[in-house]
Amino acid sequence: MAEIAALQIEAEAGRERYRALARRKLLILAAMTAALCLSFAVDLAWGPARYSLGEVIAALIDPSSVSAQVRAVVWDIRMPVAVMAIFVGAALSVAGAQMQTILANPLASPFTLGISAAASFGAALAIVTSISIIPVAASLLVPVNAFIMALIATLFIHFVSQMRGVSVQTVVLLGIALVFTFNALLAFVQYLATEQALSAVVFWTMGSLTKATWPKIWMTLAVVLIALPLFARNAWALTAIRLGEDKAASFGVNVRRIRLETMLIVSLLAAVPVSFVGTIGFVGLVGPHIARMILGEDQRFFLPGSILSGALLLSLTSIVSKSIIPGVVFPIGIITALVGVPFFFSLILSNRSRSW
Amino acid sequence: MVALQLQSVGAYHGRKLFVEDVTTPVMKAGEVVAVIGPNAAGKSTLFKRITGLLKGPGNIVIDGAKTKNAITYMPQDTSANAVLTVYESILLARKQGQSWAVGDRDLIFIDEIMRALNISSIAFRDLGALSGGQRQLVSIAQALSREPEIILMDEPTSALDLHRQVEVLDFMQRQARSKGMIVMIAIHDINQALRFADKVLVIANGRMRACGNPRDVVTVDMLRDVYKVHARIEKCSMDHDHVIVDGTAH
Repeated sequence: MAEIAALQIEAEAGRERYRALARRKLLILAAMTAALCLSFAVDLAWGPARYSLGEVIAALIDPSSVSAQVRAVVWDIRMPVAVMAIFVGAALSVAGAQMQTILANPLASPFTLGISAAASFGAALAIVTSISIIPVAASLLVPVNAFIMALIATLFIHFVSQMRGVSVQTVVLLGIALVFTFNALLAFVQYLATEQALSAVVFWTMGSLTKATWPKIWMTLAVVLIALPLFARNAWALTAIRLGEDKAASFGVNVRRIRLETMLIVSLLAAVPVSFVGTIGFVGLVGPHIARMILGEDQRFFLPGSILSGALLLSLTSIVSKSIIPGVVFPIGIITALVGVPFFFSLILSNRSRSW
Repeated sequence: MVALQLQSVGAYHGRKLFVEDVTTPVMKAGEVVAVIGPNAAGKSTLFKRITGLLKGPGNIVIDGAKTKNAITYMPQDTSANAVLTVYESILLARKQGQSWAVGDRDLIFIDEIMRALNISSIAFRDLGALSGGQRQLVSIAQALSREPEIILMDEPTSALDLHRQVEVLDFMQRQARSKGMIVMIAIHDINQALRFADKVLVIANGRMRACGNPRDVVTVDMLRDVYKVHARIEKCSMDHDHVIVDGTAH
């Protein structure tokens, strides 16, 4: 009898402990949201023109109460950059998280598998030659071209990774081959470019948030808002895919459909930011790993976690890019690469047999 | 009460017909059916075909199922390096196709399965930190969490110690009886099959050799033809049949 009572307690403890863990994860997400808000505020307050925090807050709450100069700096210069950092970071991080999930590959991200490079090439093609792969309005030429090239690269990776006997490492090597291919094609386009177009392309390949404008921001937000409900709907299925294809299929998951659907959305998430702000590497690799480390891979927490970690990462990088040399704003892509490369190394060199 | 019958069932692996012409008597609720046969005989392929993961000719007749997703398949490969706890991995098996919200009923159910399989102590361990045997028990828990009416278990005891093997098979037999479930188990240990199964299905080279009462199916001739071994079948002091293998037959 005592044994049964003990077992009862043990079982209830399991339930209670699960609830407690879920609550803790929600708290972590709340803390990340708070950190993101703080980082956003600092990003707005920080810059070559030194304004007091009070002035910045006043400009935000009641723009008419501050001088036109302060208003212009806060709303027209800093705000688009700070907002874009958050949306781009979120988009790239979610794209990376889902690529890692469905390819079962910890090294997968839009940047490492050549999808950003493909998007770069597509965008450069549009900037330099105005050649459109499909006919669209001139204002959409760059993002649409970037998306189509990213889609081609993504589908290529997707179908090769489905072939029998293709290992995790093969897919990464394939990604590197894609990076080389599209960089070569990009160089080719640059060689043909006029001087003016060339400087636009070069600056843009460095990845900089200073190119952010409100229409671009809304379009990036729209892409994130389209992607999230689709991922959220598949949350249980995507988590199951991490247990292996057979296991997921045995739970009734249509693995093939979810994979393809996810890859299509991922190419959209990866391409649109690249076409607007240039190549920003490693956020899509590092963001999901941070989320996974602190929240695990239950997509109900991992998905929002990846969004927040990516957004926070890029928002903080935006602050750093303004702080290295006072008065100079470095292209943000340079900073993310400098921070991301050592992380990438550590992932490659760490023991592959352990959990991610 | 659920009932399952296979009528001339075959299964394609790619374009090749890997399993063909499997016809069984009606398997009834509460029965344990052992599927035996040499390596690569087609046991897993047959299970995947029954589950609908592979295509092929023939009819799989399910009568009296209460739900649309009556069948759950527990695959052989249990390795996983996802950053999930055991508890989360069982929860996600149960919640497939459902909302994000996790109710008390879900958690109570999972707690009960874990207690029955004696794995409550590893509930919050990461999947990657489990031993082979523990992973297998978690896999069984995942499959059971889906409340199947027909469960197809692909070598569920291959990584378990003797105690756990008997415990799991005994547990599955009791589950079959108490919940009116059909339990099909692919298993290599013929003595365990003799002890726990109500029917035995023998498959070799993708073809069914026999299906029926264990005593009728597991014979010296069958063991020689299918497994290429010289064997005796003798009764123990408890009056159970036991297979004793003397050597290989060439």
